[in-house]
Amino acid sequence: MDFYSFLIQVLNSVQYGLLLFLVASGLTLVFGIMGIINLAHGAFYMVGAYMAFALSSLTGNLFTAILLGIPLSLVFGAFLEWALFSHLYKRDHLEQVLLTYGLILIFEELRSLLVDDEVHGVAIPDVFSASIALNDTLSYPVYRLVISAVCIVLAIGLYFLIQRTRLGMMIRAGSHDRDMVQSLGININLIYRTVFALGVTLAAFAGMLAAPISSVFPGMGGGVLIISFVIVVIGGIGSVWGALFAALLVGFADTFGKVLLPDFAGAIVYVLMAAVLLWRPEGIFKKG
Amino acid sequence: MSKHIPLILKLIALGGLLAFPMADSPFYTELVAKTVLFGIFAMSLDLLVGFTGLVSLGHAAYFGIAAYTVALMTPKYEAASFWTTFPSAIGISAAAALVVGIFVLRTKGIYFIMVTLAFAQMVFYLFHDTALGGGSDGIYLNLKPDTTLFGGKPFDLDNPFHLYYLIIATLVVVYLFLKLLLRSPFGKVLVGIKSNEHRMKSMGYRTFGYKLAAFSIAGGLAGAAGYLYAVLFGFVTPELMSWHQSGNVLLMVILGGMGNLVGALLGALAFVAMQEVFSTWTKHWQLVMGSVIVLSVLFLPGGLSAVPRRLKAALTGGGEK
Repeated sequence: MDFYSFLIQVLNSVQYGLLLFLVASGLTLVFGIMGIINLAHGAFYMVGAYMAFALSSLTGNLFTAILLGIPLSLVFGAFLEWALFSHLYKRDHLEQVLLTYGLILIFEELRSLLVDDEVHGVAIPDVFSASIALNDTLSYPVYRLVISAVCIVLAIGLYFLIQRTRLGMMIRAGSHDRDMVQSLGININLIYRTVFALGVTLAAFAGMLAAPISSVFPGMGGGVLIISFVIVVIGGIGSVWGALFAALLVGFADTFGKVLLPDFAGAIVYVLMAAVLLWRPEGIFKKG
Repeated sequence: MSKHIPLILKLIALGGLLAFPMADSPFYTELVAKTVLFGIFAMSLDLLVGFTGLVSLGHAAYFGIAAYTVALMTPKYEAASFWTTFPSAIGISAAAALVVGIFVLRTKGIYFIMVTLAFAQMVFYLFHDTALGGGSDGIYLNLKPDTTLFGGKPFDLDNPFHLYYLIIATLVVVYLFLKLLLRSPFGKVLVGIKSNEHRMKSMGYRTFGYKLAAFSIAGGLAGAAGYLYAVLFGFVTPELMSWHQSGNVLLMVILGGMGNLVGALLGALAFVAMQEVFSTWTKHWQLVMGSVIVLSVLFLPGGLSAVPRRLKAALTGGGEK
């Protein structure tokens, strides 16, 4: 592997890892703060991707699609929390698994009814459709760099939101002791709704960003969900920084696995997870 | 007398199953056979979920491993022996569960659910991506296993009725095995782990070993169901171990009420029946299925098995505890 192909794989790993981070961060926040196992989280990624496809076919522009898609995802997330998830906080994990599994079936069928079962492409916006030439034969698409950049900005934003704002303080407090936060006069239900809507929107946004490079297809949420589980397990439940680290680790393992061990690429991420489990069953960043 | 009623009901049900092929409907005989083997699969998972308190979302892996074992052991143009493939399939899936168990049982709660799912997915990709098992197309089992033993052939799996009775016999054996297992001291420890693992530990039980044994046994029994599936339908695909399959079998266990072996069987029956009925209504039957699941979680906490208790409470005005 020469230097430029190596560089391309590194950039791809970072881009894939950061995109997974967007999905996994929502998942780990919902786990960590609300104690809910949400199998339908991958479906939000799919919803985002299909939203990008539908809205960009309507408006002819991916930017407009994303600008419309973000508020729609927020509303969608808040609605789901109000209608379904708010009833799950005191139930056991098994019932959470069951309900969210049912939701996946519903979302997949609605997708099939509303769109169809074909694979669709989404055009990369013209501004970013160029490629940067690395040498005579190799080049790197600008759009992938844009994805990485946007994800980095979001990760920094998330850090500020959680560590430096009043809302973030309430979120962190809520994950420690729900009742105490409530007795201090904070509306914990509103906090939960915000966190859930935020998680849905991060996953949907990842789907929208990924739509042009991965295209949109049935069942696209399932793969992302399980990889996100692996990330949450490696990083430690509830730890956003663990998720960032683990997502990058998974991004590198998967991308380089495909190049170096193509036959076992699908399984390599899980081998990584098994190794982490042997070493630290609670995840690398689990606080004691 | 009244304490014999459950036994009598079970014998009547078994009689019904045994007499079913008399109805002379190959379609329904196959459907019942499929239901029964899913029932075996669900009972094996119930050992973990209902009795030991381990919610595994990756149980389809062992079902699929056994199905692939028979498919891979069968040469293209001749039949493999039933007497070697059946025990091998069960043994290999139990061994796979043992290895996975060493990893997953280090975790608890939400982690356990996610990790079992992830390991099952690893097995899925192993068969889906590599040439090991025919990739995503799977393998056809051209010839059903041969049952010749010491020169004689006690039964013939090419005969649908013989195969049907083999499946029923497996059900009875698995049921009795699990009953005995749960009545044994080993089974009591499992139930103890479910209600309070810390207490079991402080009483000096090495709970890890017990959980690992249960995980492996459940994997082996799921393997028996997977083997029968491969023989009944004559092909295996990676879809057999997809996480939807794991979700479906968990659904069967919950539908029938956890911690109840007959319930697991009824859950499988309810699941297959819903699948058949909804799919005649619409191509999008999963939409109906999903809605039923979501609504039942919202409005029937505790599952179907809690319905009689809730009804009783409502009728006697006793309020729900």
